[in-house]
Order: sequence, then C-alpha cells, then structure tokens
Amino acid sequence: MSAEQQHAAFRHQAGQSTFYFRDLADLMAKATPARSGDRLAGVAARSAEERAVAQMALADVPLKRFLSEALIPYEDDEVTRLIMDDHDKNAFAPISHLTVGDFRDWLLSDLATTSVLEQIRAGITPEMAAAVSKIMRNQDLILVAKKCHVKSAFRNTIGLPGHLSTRLQPNHPTDDLSGIAASILDGLLYANGDAVIGINPATDNVPQACRLMKMMDEVIQHYEIPTQSCVLTHVTNTIEAIEQGAPVDLVFQSIGGTQATNDSFGFNLATLQEARDAALSLKRGTVGDNVMYFETGQGSSLSANAHHGVDQQTCEARAYAVARKFSPLLVNTVVGFIGPEYLYDGKEITRAGLEDHFCAKLLGLPMGCDVCYTNHANADQNDMDNLMTLLGVAGCTFIMGIPGSDDIMLNYQTTSFHDALYARRALGLKPAPEFAAWLEQVEIFRNGQSFTLNNQLPARFEQSLGNLLGGH
Amino acid sequence: MSTDNRIKVDTDELQNDDLKTGQDSAVTDNPWESLRKFTDARIGLGRSGVSVPTKHLLDFQLAHARAQDAVHSPLQTEQLIDNLVQQSWCPAGLPFQLHSQAEHRAEYLQRPDLGRRLNSGSQQILQDHQHPKAAQGERYDLAIAIVDGLSARAIEDNCLPFLAQLVPLLTGHKQPWKIAPLAIVEQGRVAVGDHVGELLNARCVLVLVGERPGLSSPDSLGLYLTWNPKVGHTDALRNCISNVRPAGYRFPEAARKALYLLNEARHLEVSGVNLKDRSDDSALEQDDNHNHNFLIGHS
Repeated sequence: MSAEQQHAAFRHQAGQSTFYFRDLADLMAKATPARSGDRLAGVAARSAEERAVAQMALADVPLKRFLSEALIPYEDDEVTRLIMDDHDKNAFAPISHLTVGDFRDWLLSDLATTSVLEQIRAGITPEMAAAVSKIMRNQDLILVAKKCHVKSAFRNTIGLPGHLSTRLQPNHPTDDLSGIAASILDGLLYANGDAVIGINPATDNVPQACRLMKMMDEVIQHYEIPTQSCVLTHVTNTIEAIEQGAPVDLVFQSIGGTQATNDSFGFNLATLQEARDAALSLKRGTVGDNVMYFETGQGSSLSANAHHGVDQQTCEARAYAVARKFSPLLVNTVVGFIGPEYLYDGKEITRAGLEDHFCAKLLGLPMGCDVCYTNHANADQNDMDNLMTLLGVAGCTFIMGIPGSDDIMLNYQTTSFHDALYARRALGLKPAPEFAAWLEQVEIFRNGQSFTLNNQLPARFEQSLGNLLGGH
Repeated sequence: MSTDNRIKVDTDELQNDDLKTGQDSAVTDNPWESLRKFTDARIGLGRSGVSVPTKHLLDFQLAHARAQDAVHSPLQTEQLIDNLVQQSWCPAGLPFQLHSQAEHRAEYLQRPDLGRRLNSGSQQILQDHQHPKAAQGERYDLAIAIVDGLSARAIEDNCLPFLAQLVPLLTGHKQPWKIAPLAIVEQGRVAVGDHVGELLNARCVLVLVGERPGLSSPDSLGLYLTWNPKVGHTDALRNCISNVRPAGYRFPEAARKALYLLNEARHLEVSGVNLKDRSDDSALEQDDNHNHNFLIGHS
C-alpha cells in the first residue's frame, strides 16, 4: 500500500480493485460528471470507472459529515464561515440521519413535498446539495427542482408555479441610448422583461451606470410597467450611484463560492450588506423588497485561481450560500458564457445548467439561467432549445430575452424574445401576474391565455413612435 | 401539422383575424423594423406564430457557421508567410513558423495553459536566431507575434493590411524601431507572445491575435503589447486594442493607437495598467445624434 493510499480518507472496493480518495474534496471532484474545467484543474476522475466508484463512495457519506469537515478551511474563508455559522440544526433534523445516497431517494420520494422541502432548506448546506446532485440523473434534477417553489417580489411577483419570467437584455456595444431603446421596445412588444430590464454596460463606470439607470426608470414610469431595472455594474459603483441619487431598483454583483474568488471580483460579504441596505433605504419596491440580483457560473473560482482544489460545481453551489444571505429577487447562472475550457460542449452545458438550477432551488433561491454558449464552444441553438425546454419543465424562474439570440455587446448567444414565447406555448408557462395584466392592458398580448401577440403596433407605443416610423 | 389542439385553435384565430385586416401571410412583420437604423441587434424580425421567420433563422445559421469556421479553420501559415515576405515593409529575416504546446484545436480549447507556451521545437528556433549582434549587447526593440488565437480568419484577412499601416510608422519614426523577424504562432493564446519576446530578448512584444468571434464579427483582430516580455506576465501588464477589422476599429486608426502606446511604453519603460492611454480617439466617441431615448419622446 502506498503512502497516498494509507492516508486516503475514503476507500471503495469494486470487484478486484480498491479505489482510494484523498479527502472529501477529492471524492466530490472525482464523483462529478465529466467536464473540461475539472480536467483543467486536475481534479477530475482519471477514468469512467473511477468516477462511477467515486459516486458509490460518495453515496455512503453521511450528510452530517459535511457539517464537521469543511472543504475549504473555516479559518481561511468567509464563505465557509457563512455556511457553517448560518446552518439551522432544527431544519436539518428531519434529514440528519441520511447519507448522500439516502438523500437522493428521500428527495425523489413522496415524503419530500413542496412544504417539507421549504422547511428543511436552511438545514441543507451547498456541499450537501452539490454532493447529492452528483449522483442524480438529469430527470432527477428536474423532478426535485420542480417541487421546490421559491417566490420573490419587487414590483411584481417572480417564481410562482406555472410561471416563467424573462430578463430583457438590451445591450449595445457603445451604450447608445437609441440603440438600447430600440431593443427594449422590441423586447416589450414580444412580451419580455418581467424579471428585470437589465443592461450590461459597455463602459463600466458610475456616470454611465447612472445615465442608463435614469433612462430605464423613465421608460418604466412612462409606460407604468410593473417591472424593475438593473445596470449590471460593480456593486461599489451601484453604492456610489445610490449616494448620487440615481434611481436604483436592483443591486447587481457577480459572486463566487470562495472568499478568494470574491476578493478577485473586488467585494466581500460586508460590501453586499452595505449595498443591500442602501437599496432597501430607497423603498422603490411596490409588492416586495427583494433588491439583489446575483450572477454565478461554474468555473469562476478556477478562473480566479481560487478553487482550493474543489471541483467547479461544488464551488458554484457554495456561491448560493452567499446569494441566500441577501434575499435576492433573482439569481442567474450564466452557464455557457465562460467557454469550453470549463464546459466543453452542449452536453456539459446542459448538465451544468440543470445542476445549478437544482442546487439553487433546493437551497431556496429564485434561480434563472442564461441558457447560452460562445462561438468557441461545441454547441448551437439546438442545444439551447433542449436546455431551455428542460429548465422550463423544471420550473426555472427566468431566462434571458435578447433580440434574435445575438448579444452584439458581449458576443455570445442566449435565448431570444421569440424563444421565451416558444417556452410559454410549449409548456403553458405564464409571465409574472402583474406583468401579464399589463401586457393585456396595453394590448401587447391580444390573448394572454394562448400567448397571442397583437398584430398591430399597440396604441400606447404608436404615440411615441409615430414620428420615427413615418406616417403612423 | 400539429396535433396540439390549442395551437390549432390559435392558428385558426390568426387566419380569421388576418383575413379581416387584409394580411394573409404566415409571417407577421413588425412595423418597428426601421428602428434597426439605431442598432445592429436583431430587432423587428417579425414572427411566424411566435417563432423566428425562416429568412432570419437561416441568416442566423449562416452567421453562426462563419463564427464556428473562424474558430476551427487552421491558419494557412505558408500562404501568409509568402504574402508577408513580398511586402516592401516586411521586417528583415524570414518569418519564424512556430507552434504552441497545444497540439490541436480540441486541446487548445480545453487547455489554455498549453496555448500560452511555445513547444520545444519552436523554442529552439528562437534560441538559434538571436539578434546578429547579440554578443555586442544589441537587442531588438520589438518582436511582432502573429497568433491564430480563436480566429485564423482574423489573421488571414486583417494582419497584413494592419501591419502595412503600422510597420512603416515604426521604421520611419525619428527614433526608428528595430524589429525582429515576424513570428507566426499556431494554436497560440495572447500570452504566448511573452514567450516569443523573452526568447528573442526583445524590449517589447506586440501580439496580433484572432479574437473570440462574435456572430457578426468572425474576423476581429486583437492587439496586445507588453514591455519587457517574460513568461508568467499577467493581463495587468498588457495594453489591448480590440475589434480591429474593416467594420470595427479601422486599420489606420488602430495603427496610430498602437504606435502611440508603443512609443509611450518605450519612453516610460512600462506597459499595462501603469501605461494610461491619453491619446485622442475620435473613433470611439459616441454619435450624439443617437443619444436620446425616443421611447419617452425626448429628442
């Protein structure tokens, strides 16, 4: 027996061979369905057999072990401290006797009803969610996520069962206001934008953010749209914008699952707390006070060299502990944006999207998905159609909506305004109720029940556009 | 066609309505299509039911096909070298034909670390081709690394016309730049330029690299410069000029910007975040005529 084998925390017999796993992080990584980012990090299983055996060994691990053995040391990492310190032992009690394998059976069983899942949420840690997801098939991830209902609200109500919301993403390569306005109009007239109208600014500074916030606020007020706006700029920029009196609905930040990742993003938990307090002080929500919008994505920790040897899906789930602390309106896994060195092709992107959605919902987050890919990934629109449909079935909170799937600023492809209407018709999914009522009132929908659009330009918009369109 | 009753009902309803309004096409056009003058975004596409009409579906497929081809087509290195050496401005010496440690595209895409280093054969080539007066302490001022990156097409279409603008500016400068023979790197990433520059003992490296293709920009060239190139340098030590192509940042402007940054780097002996770009740049200024929000009637 080698020294490595002698010191292995886990061993598992499979036929003639014994497999050794160094520690819990090693076991989790080796049990993860194959993906390029874990190979790049050098933490992936070395063979298909080793992966399958790791999944068996992981299934035997008691959930309790995740409370006594931190994957990233408590002393070194504020995300670990957040996970451990906020763990709710009472909520954990009903599942505290289970192993990871038992947990899968229990989640799929009729014991785990929607209300029971809500009661145990605070007892589940991200590592427990990640571990069980690794031994679940895609259909398991869909079925259990569908049972987890997560509601959030600001100017409308997001996440009701049978509903799907959309972020209207009107990006423009130079932040040209007319160009942005044209995409916002297109999106609204295709019935998109109930999750948020959210711009990724091309020029990322405070004056530009304020200019875009003001522009969107004017549109929302002018047309009395029950939705919210967001400029996806750094959290410290948004704090400054609030101080300058800008009309901030939602505070945005990209977040990761380790302190070092968040350091590389230039914020910590205290920054998020300060930003949330500032946004709440504006009292701009009408039906709720969820004021945060977070984005995540597998691979961000490795990309920042901040993964501590932990696999990328577990790092991702840990980011949900950060999100959960600040009661967000929306969380978005930008699943295919990071590129093929982390998720190589349509198969890996699809799996990751379903994992992220499942883990986040299990932990109680309003999870949406940027169903997307870059041109150097081995993926295309058909892969996106598949993932969008699977997520629609799973009860995904929201997807992106962009003109013709083509983001001309960020140079990647995501779901289009048309795609959201496809999902509505194919799966019967409605927009947020307040937004749906507005769509009928201003006659964007001629028939909201069958998601049928008006064939004419609605009168409310014809007034504004008369001059531009010439002769209307 | 469809066995879904609800969809059938919708179709009937649409047809009845369309007859009333005099529209009998399966495609509903959008009256706001003309707003495309404000943006390259794919707005006002119209719809077949709620789906993208055939014409626009096929346009998109073509754009994606071009972007994919840009990523996966290999660089035609011999042809590029033939073209380069025929140019009057081409720096002296036969261009070096180099390769990163990523053997093929699939490996390149999954192992960015391998694309940042030259393979051993390429390292040997550069070690064997030092500055002819290296023993007397002479150095090249500049190494130019031409790297396929994520778009060989960007290199094939744009590297020659860009260098035709830049190189004469460098060699004609009052303090002329001594330029090493051109280095062409296959399966390379931006940082491979530092390996090239370090092995040639050049004071500065300028990398021309094919950028990640967008749907409407399969040919975008990126420029990165590092003063005192060394393996292991991070992006913080590089200056970048992006989107160099006929429909983006045009060659004469990009060449002037590169010249400005190179001269500043040589003057201050730094690059990256410590080298601030204070040059005038009219190409990136916004058109004020477009800067109003027509949705709320301002103009």
